Amino acid sequence: MASFPLPLQPARSFGQTHRQDRWWLQPLSVLVGLTLFVVYATWAALQGEYYTYGPYLSPFYSPELWGRSEHAWWGPVPSWWPAWLPYSPAILILWAPAGFRLTCYYYRGAYYKAFWADPPNCAVGEPRHGYIGENGWPLRIMNIHRYFLYLAILFIFILAYDALKAYRFADGFGIGVGSLVLTVNVILLAGYTFGCHSLRHLVGGRRDNLRTARWCSGLYRGCSALNRRHMLWAWISLFSVMFADLYVRLCAMGIWKDWRLL
Amino acid sequence: MPQILFRIWRGDRHGGQFRDYQVEIGEGMVVLDAIHQLQATQAPDLACRWNCKAGKCGSCAAEVNGIPRLMCMTRISDFPPDQPIIVEPMQTFPLIKDLVTDVSWNYQVKQRIAPFRPRPPDAPDGTWRMSQADIDRVQEFRKCIECFLCQDVCHVLRDHHKHEEFIGPRFFVHTAALEMHPLDTENRIAALKRDFHIGYCNITKCCTKVCPEQITITDNAIIPLKERVVDEFYDPVLKLIQLVFRPRRSSSVPAPSSSPHPQSAPTLSSASATTSAPVSPSSP
Ligand code: SF4
Ligand code: SF4
Ligand code: FES
Ligand code: FES
Repeated sequence: MASFPLPLQPARSFGQTHRQDRWWLQPLSVLVGLTLFVVYATWAALQGEYYTYGPYLSPFYSPELWGRSEHAWWGPVPSWWPAWLPYSPAILILWAPAGFRLTCYYYRGAYYKAFWADPPNCAVGEPRHGYIGENGWPLRIMNIHRYFLYLAILFIFILAYDALKAYRFADGFGIGVGSLVLTVNVILLAGYTFGCHSLRHLVGGRRDNLRTARWCSGLYRGCSALNRRHMLWAWISLFSVMFADLYVRLCAMGIWKDWRLL
Repeated sequence: MPQILFRIWRGDRHGGQFRDYQVEIGEGMVVLDAIHQLQATQAPDLACRWNCKAGKCGSCAAEVNGIPRLMCMTRISDFPPDQPIIVEPMQTFPLIKDLVTDVSWNYQVKQRIAPFRPRPPDAPDGTWRMSQADIDRVQEFRKCIECFLCQDVCHVLRDHHKHEEFIGPRFFVHTAALEMHPLDTENRIAALKRDFHIGYCNITKCCTKVCPEQITITDNAIIPLKERVVDEFYDPVLKLIQLVFRPRRSSSVPAPSSSPHPQSAPTLSSASATTSAPVSPSSP
């Protein structure tokens, strides 16, 4: 029987591995993809303009709680907003979807590898010897994920409402390319959100007897089906939400023209 | 016959080195065949563990070109013929000799996990009824062949040597199989957090990638267990709701150490019962 400490070989040094494949490609792609998104999203959120075009509202700015556009829920920028602080409706709400993605089980595993090299990839040596993981603070905070999930579900309903409104033009019902962009975006975001591991647990995974709760069993199966491709949903919805903002922004700036299909 | 260069670790825990061997390759050969050919021709003292040569006993686990794999299930034709194939022992366990490691730590870990404790029989014939839908989940976990490749690749053990605190993916699979079993009444959630340190897992999914039985270790076992830990320790709202409406589990379930496991506790293999089949405590 083994007795502690185990006589193990010393851990390998940073990047040391006998893997012959391009193991660095996957973390590098995650690094580039996520950096691109964070830089773009921060820039777009701080702009505070060009976020609506006709019936379209950029998903980064929805819900627009206070703002200058006709999409604003509660009217113009409140008087209590400090004059020295630039205002953008996005910064009031973006923390919620950002927190949802930041604490998502898939993204956690991906960015721990890509940004923190913990590990750089499977069976590749690490740069640090000490390790706390999510066993202690600050990363224990990741257990908050399900609270962000509740907010994310709310956002799906709001974005679905925005997508419906994107078919109501000044001259009545119509379909523009933007209407389709916003519709596809909310479908992809829903595919990501409803495949969440926490949701899968809450709707049925937490039970040992699913048979006795028929609706739980149905929801659990649906959620599990989406969950099987959670990584794919995570990436395509990330790029679609970025593209939806870019589309509305470029149309509003007059760089792109929104084609009316109907 | 074409030849391929094998670079194989030779040595014990006091030291060693990679040695190169040319191996004649025939059609359909796997890495374990090459090792056997070497034992028969050039290196009779080369130590390796194997048993079934069918990917079912889990004995021949090693690292081939840096990736933990079963040698008997790794085809040589999957590798470029002009480059050496590197074969070395698993890094996460103490080395005995050449490709053989001492995996007994895993057996110690298993003993720390509270065994299956079914609720009292509730069918008229003195057995239980389970539905297939309820045991689908745990049946996936029961495919495990205890090859310990997932333990080998897990960086918490491999790089951080947390063997004293962390039980590793194999035993999260085992715990999940028990914890999600519809008949089981034991509560292992507190132990998962406090004693088995499930929080060390940072969801890299490396264990899932190497599992030769394609068990979705991270998504189907570890994350659901992490969520059960959240229910118990990090979700005050849910706790409040449960307190007001319906306590999910009785917290009076005795701790494993204080519970005399009734008669001879049935093995988990009861889970293989089909829909509504009676399950008897002594039937495997
Ligand atoms: S997912 Fe968790 S248990 Fe599996 S290898 Fe990664 S850290 Fe280890
Ligand atoms: S879970 Fe998979 S990799 Fe881990 S010991 Fe079992 S069969 Fe091997
Ligand atoms: S786990 Fe990815 S969104 Fe919840
Ligand atoms: S020899 Fe049994 S799994 Fe390889």
